[in-house]
Amino acid sequence: MNQVSAGGLAKVKALGSRFSWQDIGPIIAVIALMILGTAINPTFLSMGNLTNVFTRSAFTGIIAIGATFVIGTGSIDLSVGSMAAFNSGMMIIFMNYLVQHWGATWSTIIAAMVLSLVLGAVGGLVNGLVITRGKIESFIVTLGTMGIFRSLVTYLADGGTLSLNLPVRGLYRPVYYGTFLKIPIPLIIFFIVAVVGAVLMYKTRFGRYVLAIGSNYDVAHYSAINVNRIRVLTYILQGICVAIATIIYVPRLGSASGSTGYGWELEAIAAVIIGGTAMKGGTAKILGTVAGAIIFSIIGNILNLSDAISQYLNGAVQGLIIIGAVLVQRTSKE
Amino acid sequence: MSEFAIQAKKVCKSYGTVPVLFDVDFEVKKGEIHALIGENGAGKSTLVKILAGYHQQTSGELLRNGRPVVYHSIGAAEADGVVMIHQEFNLCNDLTVEENIFLGKELVKRGLLDKAAMRQRSGEILGRLGTTIDPRSRVKDLSVSEKQMVEIAKALAFNSEVLIMDEPTAVLTQGEIEVLFRIIRALRDHGVSIVYISHKLNEIKELADRVTVLRDGYRVATEKVSDLSEDDMARLMVGRELTTLFPPKGGPPKREVPVLEVRNISCPKYVHNASFQLYEGEVLGFAGLIGAGRTELMECVVGLRRRSAGTVIYRGQPLSARSYGDAIKQQIVYLSEDRKGKGLFTSMPLAPNVTILSLQDHLTRIGFLDSKKEDATLDRTLEEFDVRVPSKRALLSMLSGGNQQKIALGKMMQVDPDVVILDEPTRGIDVGTKQQVYYFVRELVKQGKSCILISSELPEIVGLSDRVIVMRSGVIMGELTGADINEEEIMLYATGVKGGMAG
Repeated sequence: MNQVSAGGLAKVKALGSRFSWQDIGPIIAVIALMILGTAINPTFLSMGNLTNVFTRSAFTGIIAIGATFVIGTGSIDLSVGSMAAFNSGMMIIFMNYLVQHWGATWSTIIAAMVLSLVLGAVGGLVNGLVITRGKIESFIVTLGTMGIFRSLVTYLADGGTLSLNLPVRGLYRPVYYGTFLKIPIPLIIFFIVAVVGAVLMYKTRFGRYVLAIGSNYDVAHYSAINVNRIRVLTYILQGICVAIATIIYVPRLGSASGSTGYGWELEAIAAVIIGGTAMKGGTAKILGTVAGAIIFSIIGNILNLSDAISQYLNGAVQGLIIIGAVLVQRTSKE
Repeated sequence: MSEFAIQAKKVCKSYGTVPVLFDVDFEVKKGEIHALIGENGAGKSTLVKILAGYHQQTSGELLRNGRPVVYHSIGAAEADGVVMIHQEFNLCNDLTVEENIFLGKELVKRGLLDKAAMRQRSGEILGRLGTTIDPRSRVKDLSVSEKQMVEIAKALAFNSEVLIMDEPTAVLTQGEIEVLFRIIRALRDHGVSIVYISHKLNEIKELADRVTVLRDGYRVATEKVSDLSEDDMARLMVGRELTTLFPPKGGPPKREVPVLEVRNISCPKYVHNASFQLYEGEVLGFAGLIGAGRTELMECVVGLRRRSAGTVIYRGQPLSARSYGDAIKQQIVYLSEDRKGKGLFTSMPLAPNVTILSLQDHLTRIGFLDSKKEDATLDRTLEEFDVRVPSKRALLSMLSGGNQQKIALGKMMQVDPDVVILDEPTRGIDVGTKQQVYYFVRELVKQGKSCILISSELPEIVGLSDRVIVMRSGVIMGELTGADINEEEIMLYATGVKGGMAG
């Protein structure tokens, strides 16, 4: 008979925190794509082009940070693109109204920014409450609100385009086109949102509860977590992220229409998934989401710069990247 | 031909760098019931999963009917007649019984499903098992024991010669267990070999022909069951004398300070007008058959389930338990019977599992989560509860059932509870860990805390409780103290022969 000490298995050396390919995979992908871009067309690395690429990634990136929380709980928000369009429309209408009283001043613009944040938070609250109180799948609820927001902005624009008053547009322009210490403002805001998102996710009880709910809804409930409240909060957070993205988007074109923000929800979700966050919830990689958003933007840019593939195939390439990224993650896990 | 249906020879298995099986030999004869026992983490599950093609051994070989085989998949093992029936069922709830039985191996005629043939075959097999389950009923409408029968039918539909059963009786009632045993014996008499994993040594004594004992990944014995007593088996499993399974009780109960007074709680369909008191420093056992409403009653008490009527008084004050969070703030905790479904986050690491109830105690000065404090709490818990883990960074799912349960207890203790409600705290864990849990409970009440123990294992209720309340169909049937706490008396109340006035 073998005599084994009771603690035999316990003495097996504890593995230290392992270096994880999964965590830095998306970063490697960004670097690889940048090398590829440079090889295809050296102008890729020019300051002007890079600035453009990263700035473009800010919209979906900021929305995707919020989506990381929603997806982290195992839910989904399909309404973000439409909500961005609706918010843009409301901001423009509001500014065009205020300009009659306050003129083309920063007060006008800041009031509209506040409106956007309030609308975003309320939109998220509505999504969250209907999902939790109504006990309806998040996919279904946000599919519904996606249609509602989209149709509202089309109605507000009377089927056409809402244009921002020109003097206001001139004043507002630097929020998208301006720089601070040579860094584009949208990029700075993206960075701040990502840092705040990472702190919330990894350093607060809220973030822990988000992952707990995504990991197992029932266990979270039996661990005295107010599951509904946390879920509603993730939707409010998502709405605020949409509002922030809208605030930097409006000065870019100074207009909004029924096609504003079209497809952003899918790009945001794709950025989250490419970044390594699981669709079923329980894990969340904020840094991965940032990388995911940048990857999308780089691919579009490379296709523009090269003649090899028609840029009309942009969507096809993006689709392949999404599937490929998840496949790589799957295999590296096994 | 070999006399053995299946053999493992010098099988070793490591997960990553963690070895779990060491040179294990295991032989199952044709037409025998071979029990496999051992403490949690001894390697039972790993061994049978290798036999059934879920995992491949790191070294060593498998022989089937004397010939070396390699099963690269579950399907390969099944095709070779080796089938495993899980503790948790692998059935599709929304499909019918017959669809489940033939899942993945549907009978086909001219490219279309041959439903008539499948229905007939299903009926035959279920008939052979002596059940009256309708092959057309949906699995979700079946009782737990009926689902078990469907699992067995599924295995039999393909002339399995080796049937591996992992804790098949864990969720069955006494009557259902008898039916199952009759079927298992009949299968053996037809030449089927059965590998039977269980923690219930009395069952093994009653059912099995031979028994193999594993401990810490080694085989320590293979004997005829008739040559061993239950005590012998327990000793072989833990490698030491199990002097007393239960700690001595705390003497005659004082019953001076009522800690918890539950008055007239009702919950539609589950609990009817239940009242009881819990006193300081006692273990109050809740006995009854499965489905007697004990879990639901306690969930009402702590605010996990909405009640239609009733009040709870905690230390003289009404407990406003609108949510479980309120109860926890008052230091009342509840350990769920469903460890994996409701108790612990299996896909998360250990530290967040232990600290989820007490994150407010694991913050830095500015209110962020403090991973150092969390690690320290985990270290303390592993030490206090003697938890065996492959690594501190391991995911919870990598721990054996008993060690998971210790983590669940550790999680609960982080809120420094005054009232501890334990729902089936030893379900599916080995006798050594059970003993640790019992001493832990006794130690708690010695410190002046109070404990409610729900258990369907009568020896546990009898051995640990200072007072026992018996429930039946949502109603409190009676209360037992002192010498009245014995299995016969409890069963009289649990089956409705005695009692009936709401306590």
